[in-house]
Amino acid sequence: MTYPEARGRIAEFAGAEVTADGPPLAVAVPAAAWADFARFAQTRLGCCFFSFCSAIDWKADGLEVVAWVANLDANVSLVFKARLGAGVTACPSLTPVYRGADWMERECFDMFGIRFDGHPDLRRILLSDDWDGHPLLKSYPVDAPHPPYR
Amino acid sequence: MAVKPPVPVVPAPVWKDFKDLQEWQALHQRRPERGDKQSSVYESITEGIHRFPGGFLVTTPADAFFNWARKSSVWPVTFGLACCAIEMMATFASRFDVERLGMVPWASPRHSDLMIVSGTVTIKMAPMLERIYDQMPDPKWALSMGSCANSGGPFRHGYHVVKGVDRVIPVDVYVPGCPPPPESLLNGLLLLQEQIGHFRRTGRRAPPAPKVD
Amino acid sequence: MTADEARARARAVVDYTGAERLTMNMGPQHPSAHGVFRAILTLEGEEVVAVDAVIGYLHRCHEKLAETLTYAQYPSIASKTDYVAAMTSELAYVMAAERLGAVEVPKRAQYLRVLVAELQRVASHCLWLGTWCMDMGGALGGGATIFLYCIRERELVLDLFESLVGARLLYGFHQVGGTRYDIPAGWTAQCRTTIDLIETRLLEYEQMLEGNAFFHMRTRGVGVISRELAESVGVCGPLLRGSGVAYDIRRAEPYSSYEDFQFAVPVESAGDCFARYCVRMVEFRESIRIVRQVLDGLPEGPISSKPGLKSVAQVRIPKGETYARVEGARGEVGCYLVADGSAKPYRMKWRGASFSNLAVLPHILPGHKVADVVAIMGSVDPVFGEVDR
Repeated sequence: MTYPEARGRIAEFAGAEVTADGPPLAVAVPAAAWADFARFAQTRLGCCFFSFCSAIDWKADGLEVVAWVANLDANVSLVFKARLGAGVTACPSLTPVYRGADWMERECFDMFGIRFDGHPDLRRILLSDDWDGHPLLKSYPVDAPHPPYR
Repeated sequence: MAVKPPVPVVPAPVWKDFKDLQEWQALHQRRPERGDKQSSVYESITEGIHRFPGGFLVTTPADAFFNWARKSSVWPVTFGLACCAIEMMATFASRFDVERLGMVPWASPRHSDLMIVSGTVTIKMAPMLERIYDQMPDPKWALSMGSCANSGGPFRHGYHVVKGVDRVIPVDVYVPGCPPPPESLLNGLLLLQEQIGHFRRTGRRAPPAPKVD
Repeated sequence: MTADEARARARAVVDYTGAERLTMNMGPQHPSAHGVFRAILTLEGEEVVAVDAVIGYLHRCHEKLAETLTYAQYPSIASKTDYVAAMTSELAYVMAAERLGAVEVPKRAQYLRVLVAELQRVASHCLWLGTWCMDMGGALGGGATIFLYCIRERELVLDLFESLVGARLLYGFHQVGGTRYDIPAGWTAQCRTTIDLIETRLLEYEQMLEGNAFFHMRTRGVGVISRELAESVGVCGPLLRGSGVAYDIRRAEPYSSYEDFQFAVPVESAGDCFARYCVRMVEFRESIRIVRQVLDGLPEGPISSKPGLKSVAQVRIPKGETYARVEGARGEVGCYLVADGSAKPYRMKWRGASFSNLAVLPHILPGHKVADVVAIMGSVDPVFGEVDR
C-alpha cells in the first residue's frame, strides 16, 4: 500500500473526495458516511491504527469532525473530515470500528456537544457531569465563572 | 458533675463559612491580641489551659516542647497534582532529601500533618482536595506550591481552574515559582517549621515569620 | 425487615461463595496513580472484572487557552501538557506552527532540538523506572531503592538542562524558528560525562531488577496488550513497540534531522509489562547513542531563523491546518493546528500520548488482581497533564 494506491482505492468509495495528497492523505467525506468510511479505511486501506478524533467549531458553518488513522506497516496516514452542517450536533460513532474512539468521542461530546450515535457510553469525560455548556465551542468564553469556587 | 471551663470558649471558625480569604484574615485581625477585658498575665494563663479528660490542664511551659516535637516531624501527605508534584518528588528523593528535616512523605492523609498542594487545582478536583484536607487530623497545615496553587498561574483564565487553592482551604505558606525548584520548596518548608514553632491552640494565627531571604 | 428476611439475609452472608461484586474506588489521591486518576474497580474477590476510569481532575483548558495565546506565547505553556518530558511537547507545537508558516529552522537548531529531546527521554524514563518500581514496592526488596537511584541520575540530566535553559522542569526552550538558547561553554564535556555515567548505571539497574525473581513474577504475562488491541485503541510509543509493532515516528516520518542519526527501534512481541520494560531500557541506550552522535556532529551556525523573538508580529502564520507529531517519551505527541491567519491559532488539539495509552486500561485490567493494577498502570506511564490537558 502506497499513497497513490490508497488514493486509487478511495476513489471506489462513493462521496469521498481527496483534498490533499500525502503524507497525510486528506479526505472529505459526507457526515452520513462518516462511520462507513472509517470501516472502509480499516478494511480496504489497512488503516488499523486510530490516532485521534476531534472537532472544529466553524461558528456559523457548524461543526467539523476530524479523525486521523494510519496503516503502520505501510506507513500511510489518512486524515478524514466531515462537515456536520450548521446547527447539527449528531454524528455516527466510530466506536464499532476503532476502540480508541471511545474516549476520543466522549471528549468531543464533552467539549463540543456532538452526540455520537451508536456510542455505548456517551457521557462527559474531562469535566464533571453537572457542567453547563461545552467549552471549546467558540460561543463559550474562556473565563466563564463557575460558582462554588469563584 | 459538669465542670464549667474557666476560659470563654470561642467556636472554632470554619473555613467554609467565610466568603473569601480577606474575610478569614479579617477575623484573625479583629480578634484582639491584647484584649481590654483580660490582662496580659491572665491571657497568658488562659491560653495554656486545655481541656483534659477529667479536668483542665495548664500546659504553658510544655507548649514549647510540643511545638518542637510537632515541627520536627511534619509528615506531608503525598498529594501530587501536576507539574509541581514532580519537583515535590525530587525534593523528597535522593539529592534534596527532605527526610533530614524529619519529614516523611506519607501516603495516607489520616496520618499526616501537612498538605503540599502541588499544582493546579481544578474545579473537579477541589471537592476532593477539600475532603482530603478534612481527613487530616488537627493540627494540620497547608503549603501552596507553585503559581497555579497560589493564584491559578498561567491557567488563571481557564474556565476549569480554581484561582488559587486558598479559595478552597486555608493556606499557611505560599511558595512561588512555576514550578518552584526544590530549593524554594525547602525554604517554604523551613518557614513552615518556624511557624509551627509558634503554634498555639487558641485559634490564633502564629506571629508573622521574620523575613528569611 | 421481618425476622424471616433477616434470617435469609444472614444466610446469604454465610453462604457467600465469592461471586458477590465489590466496588472499590482507587484515587484520585493515590500514591501509585502517578497523578490525579480515579479508577472505580469492580471486584470479584480479588479479581478485577470491570474498570471505570475517571479522568479530568487536571483539565487545565490547554486547548481553549491556546486559542487566546499567540504563537510566541504558547510554547512555554505547551511544556505543561507533558510535564515529565516537557521538551517534546513544546517541540510538537512549535513544529506545527513552523510547518504552517513554512518557517525555516537552521541545522544547528534542529540538532539542538534532537539533543534536548533525547536527553529528556532519558530523564523521563528514569522517572518512569523509579516510580514504577516503587509502585510494585516491597516485592523488589525495599520499595524506594530504585526510585532513589533513578532520581539521582535524573538530577544529573536536569543539571544539564538547568545550565542550558535555567529551568529544571518546564523549559520554554523552543520557539518558532529555532531554539531560544545555545549551549554554554563546557556544557558538551559535562554532557558526555553524564551520559557515560548513566550508561554504566543502567547496567546496575538491570542486574538489580532482572536478577530478582519477584520482578519477573510481577511483570511477565501481566497486562498483555495484543497487537490488534494496541492499534485499535491507538496506543503509541513503548506500549505499541512492546506489542510487536515496529513503529517509531522518528523513523517513519523523520523530523528535525532525525534521518542523520543512527539508532535502533526496539520491538518486543510479548505485549506484557516486561516487554514494555525491555523496550524502554533499550530506548535509554539508543537515546544516549543519539546524544553522542549529536554532540559529535553539531554544526556551527545560527540557532534560530527568528532570533530574539519577542513580539507577536514576528510570527505570521497563514491560513491552513496541519498536524505535527513527534516521538515523545510516551509516544506520539501530536499537535493539530488550525490557523486563520491571525496571531493566534483558531483551534489547537493536543493528541496526548498518555490519553490514548491510558484508554487501553479498561480493556486490559479485567482479569487481573488488584495488586497488578498498579504494576500495569506504572508500565503505561501516564502523565496526567497530558491526559487531561
